[in-house]
Amino acid sequence: MIPAPDLTINGTATIDGVTLFAPLTLTLAAGQWTCLLGGSGVGKTTVLRLIAGLETGAAFAGEITASDARPVTERVSYMAQDDLLLPWATVAQNITLGARLRGEKPDLGRRDRLIERMRLQDHIAKKPSELSGGQRQRVALARTLMEDRPIVLLDEPFSALDARTRADMQDLAAEALQGRTVLLVTHDPGEAARLGQSIMVMTQHGLMSCQSPHASAPRRVDDLETLETQGALLRLLRDEAA
Amino acid sequence: MKYLSALTATVFAIAIWQTIVSLTGLPKFILPGPALVAETWWQNRWLIAEHTWITGIEVVIGLACGTVLGVLTALQLASSRVARVLVQPMLVFTQALPVFALAPLLTLWLGYGLWSKVAMAVLIIYFPITSSFFDGLMRTPPGYLDLARTMQASPRAILWHIRIPAALPSLASGMRLAAVYAPIGAVIGEWVGSSQGLGYLMLLANGRAKTDLMFAAMLTLGVFSIVLHMIIRRATARMAGEMR
Repeated sequence: MIPAPDLTINGTATIDGVTLFAPLTLTLAAGQWTCLLGGSGVGKTTVLRLIAGLETGAAFAGEITASDARPVTERVSYMAQDDLLLPWATVAQNITLGARLRGEKPDLGRRDRLIERMRLQDHIAKKPSELSGGQRQRVALARTLMEDRPIVLLDEPFSALDARTRADMQDLAAEALQGRTVLLVTHDPGEAARLGQSIMVMTQHGLMSCQSPHASAPRRVDDLETLETQGALLRLLRDEAA
Repeated sequence: MKYLSALTATVFAIAIWQTIVSLTGLPKFILPGPALVAETWWQNRWLIAEHTWITGIEVVIGLACGTVLGVLTALQLASSRVARVLVQPMLVFTQALPVFALAPLLTLWLGYGLWSKVAMAVLIIYFPITSSFFDGLMRTPPGYLDLARTMQASPRAILWHIRIPAALPSLASGMRLAAVYAPIGAVIGEWVGSSQGLGYLMLLANGRAKTDLMFAAMLTLGVFSIVLHMIIRRATARMAGEMR
């Protein structure tokens, strides 16, 4: 993998002349998890989609730059709340989708190692409809890792999972995505507190940087400082909404 | 259970038919009863089979050609904005023309034989196939397209690996509609000018006041359409199920 760069997004977005987010500067530190926390409609998903080079419906004035000055969009991989598994393709085919779409030969050895790492050995030939929500997100994570990109954008990928599966997935993703520049957009203060090496809260008034717990991520679910951080973040979100 | 309910419905329909015949006492050249029609059908089974064969060939060739044409048109429309601007209004316009009015013209151009009927069948199914597949191609879940874009997929690769498979269930429903429409197209073609086929047989029987034979031919056409629909349904079941 190419070394992960710092990433900076600097600018403002409007929808039909109405400001979605005021001028902001968000820096994603190289090789670290940045959690972008915020309520619905503050534009956090827009920030992520802008970095990914996807359609947002908003007009963006500003720039997105990497510390190594190389283009950003071709070095990202993307994972959303909806696992986006193709229902007609098997687990194995879904994992190698990127290579097929680019007309490349997929690295089958790498695919098999990822299948093993995501504990999907028993499901290789199954269709997504035969899998549980957690298994599906593990396939999506394997597909994301298969792309082997230095920048990984996660748009609430675990929010539809039950509490236990979500915690498992958080551990798995934190471990698997180590060393990459990760942006995790979430509305769950607990998730931000567990995973964020840098935690940013996005509100109507702009971005706020919050102190992240000292323990290394993924933090234990019952780590005291993590729970305090979770509480503080939630309080902040509620105060901002009031 | 499905077969039982179908059988019950058939028996019920025949009972109503028989009741009407008994109550009104209409002469048999106006409304023949079920028993007479069945008897006529049996006596003329080889004649009916021969004409069904002809209509069947027209319908099957028409279905195949119409599906291929419709699929190609939908792909072209889906991948080119220019094609959408130029061709889409034309497509709707041709659908607004009554097919009956075109039948004599097709006979004039293609003759009395097989091809004018095939052309009628194609004309009548072209629109449902094209529009259902096109709709499917334009309604790809946006998340898939986002994902594909972050994977640097070309528009062609997106079409081939994502949009087409995602649109197959829509194509399947278009094909099922086509299976019902295609026999209508072929029969209209036969009415306008032919010497063979179920449409011809119906017209001939009607002209000679052989209403029982006309009924037998018509019911055969109905059964033929149902069987065709069932076959296409079975054949497209996998396509339709792909999105589950």
